[in-house]
Amino acid sequence: MRPLLQPRHRSMLVFLAGLAIFTIGVTIAAQFGLVSTSFVKTLGKTLCLCLAALAMDLIWGYAGILSLGHMAFFALGGYMIGMWLMYARTEEIVIASLMNSGLPATPEEVQQGIATQIFGVVGASDLPAIWGFAHSLPLQLMLVLAVPGVLALVFGWLAFRSRVTGVYLSILTQAMTLALALYLFQNDSGLRGNNGLSGLQNIPGMDAVGQETISLWFFWASALALGVVYVLLHAIVAGKFGSVIRAIRDDEARVRFLGYSVESYKLFVFTLTAVITAFAGALYYPQAGIINPAELAPIASIYLAVWVAIGGRGRLYGAVIGAAVVSLLSSWFTGGRVPSIPLGFATINWVDWWQVLLGLTFVAVTLFAPKGIGGVFDRLTGVHTPDRKGAPLGPDDGSLQEREAQQ
Amino acid sequence: MNALLEVSGVSVSFDGFRAINNLTFNINAAELRAIIGPNGAGKSTFMDIVTGKTRPDKGSVTFGEKSLSLLKMTEAQIARAGIGRKFQRPTVFEDQTVAENLTLALKAARGPWRVLVWRSTAADADRIDALATEVGLSDHLARKAGDLSHGQKQWLEIAMLLAQEPRLLLVDEPAAGMTLAERERTTEMLVNIAKTRAVVVVEHDMDFVRRLNCKVTVLHEGAVLAEGSLDHVTKNQTVIDVYLGRG
Repeated sequence: MRPLLQPRHRSMLVFLAGLAIFTIGVTIAAQFGLVSTSFVKTLGKTLCLCLAALAMDLIWGYAGILSLGHMAFFALGGYMIGMWLMYARTEEIVIASLMNSGLPATPEEVQQGIATQIFGVVGASDLPAIWGFAHSLPLQLMLVLAVPGVLALVFGWLAFRSRVTGVYLSILTQAMTLALALYLFQNDSGLRGNNGLSGLQNIPGMDAVGQETISLWFFWASALALGVVYVLLHAIVAGKFGSVIRAIRDDEARVRFLGYSVESYKLFVFTLTAVITAFAGALYYPQAGIINPAELAPIASIYLAVWVAIGGRGRLYGAVIGAAVVSLLSSWFTGGRVPSIPLGFATINWVDWWQVLLGLTFVAVTLFAPKGIGGVFDRLTGVHTPDRKGAPLGPDDGSLQEREAQQ
Repeated sequence: MNALLEVSGVSVSFDGFRAINNLTFNINAAELRAIIGPNGAGKSTFMDIVTGKTRPDKGSVTFGEKSLSLLKMTEAQIARAGIGRKFQRPTVFEDQTVAENLTLALKAARGPWRVLVWRSTAADADRIDALATEVGLSDHLARKAGDLSHGQKQWLEIAMLLAQEPRLLLVDEPAAGMTLAERERTTEMLVNIAKTRAVVVVEHDMDFVRRLNCKVTVLHEGAVLAEGSLDHVTKNQTVIDVYLGRG
């Protein structure tokens, strides 16, 4: 066990211990009715957002690629699992209702019943071809990873091969998520247009189990996923691969002259993070219960970058803390339970003003505390920033800035 | 004997400006060569072409016994084929330690999957120690490269180049910004390195070139103006005109 106790693994061990204590604490609190089922769901969803933020940190914080489209993969993961949830759930209902009519239903009748149930809302009565795998959980689970993975692979290959970098790549990824959202908004996209998929909190075959139990299952699954992916990404960034991608972040031309194919690494990281984000989405949407194309709005991916920035990029725990703090604060402020502040001439209603507060915080963090919340840990452990007279650590756009670095 | 690097009939122009004009010359397998020339003679463009950063309009550049054409290869492929490049300003990865910098450069598989499962062996650690000792950085392995002095960064970069085990080393103005003692050390190292591999040094500083004591190629307006020992080329009237006229 000695290698695990090396200082470079300390943050991971502390993180895992914290996550375990948090998970056990919430579970106990839920058992004694101290926290509501909906709050357990909020916490479970938050863990999924933390998982997406981990992926964002790998690609932006470590590899320096500011992707502003990763929430598209998150939503795609959700859509893929949602298709099975909706199909299987509707199948149960259709079979039950056909049972009542007395005659045993033929598979065709069941199929037709499912199609009408799901697509009646967009005026169609046939199952689109993309629902071909929706009857099978294993196949649809495979698609959770495969569809976003292949999209990322193709998009990334086209973008990185042409050496699109910096702000141009960010704009390109925004365009990708916007285009996908606009496509999904169409009724004939095969995914129910702006209605999206709903009723995802009802797990097929689990009617006997209450939501209070299911919410805990998903909470545990989300915590486990976060823990496992954290360990995986820690192993990646602590090794030579991490060294290569940090080098690409700071000076990619130099990495090329060392013989590394920078484009392959970027594509690898882009696809890996897309798959992780999709996995997070597949755990998130059964807890949210509904998914629609608005989830792919460009702003969603920008939030992801904001979380990582506020948490402190280039450190895995920073991304998790940023996502958890900001998204929990966000649901608190927008929950309508924060008292408004009357100023006489106007009233600060937090549901509206939260966004302004978040925006100001983001600007303030970028300007005054580029290490974000993670910087607090540096201060506690006595880690300082190097004195470089303002020079960043590499010539590239995404390179680490002086005040983000550790001495 | 077949040359290690053969540049023949290479031309490249940027927006009508002919940076390289029908350039032809060879470098042998274990040779130290200095390339000199006034500003704008095409020295940097020549390096960019050999390392794959710039594509020439015409001509051919071949490398090694199999006469690999470098013009169809990417920068990374050319580096893997055995051409290392040292930039004028020290370019090391400042946020990473000296040991990490050397590990990155160490000759090993370069693909993402292979790097993902790469683990340091005792031999790798020994090699890194030996390289660091060679350039006087063995006490600094755990320090971040950004903390090193200018001269130390230059050493680190040279050690990184050696770690790559290239067959041809392109070195851009190695003496720039160095103290006299550092220059002498650099000269010694380059002469030493050139015993086992080809080293091409691009340099402005005539004193430094004199210390290298090697064959010199003078570039002017993107073509070879003269070639031979330093004494030979400095007696050449055109070279004198070019250097005095345009300095």
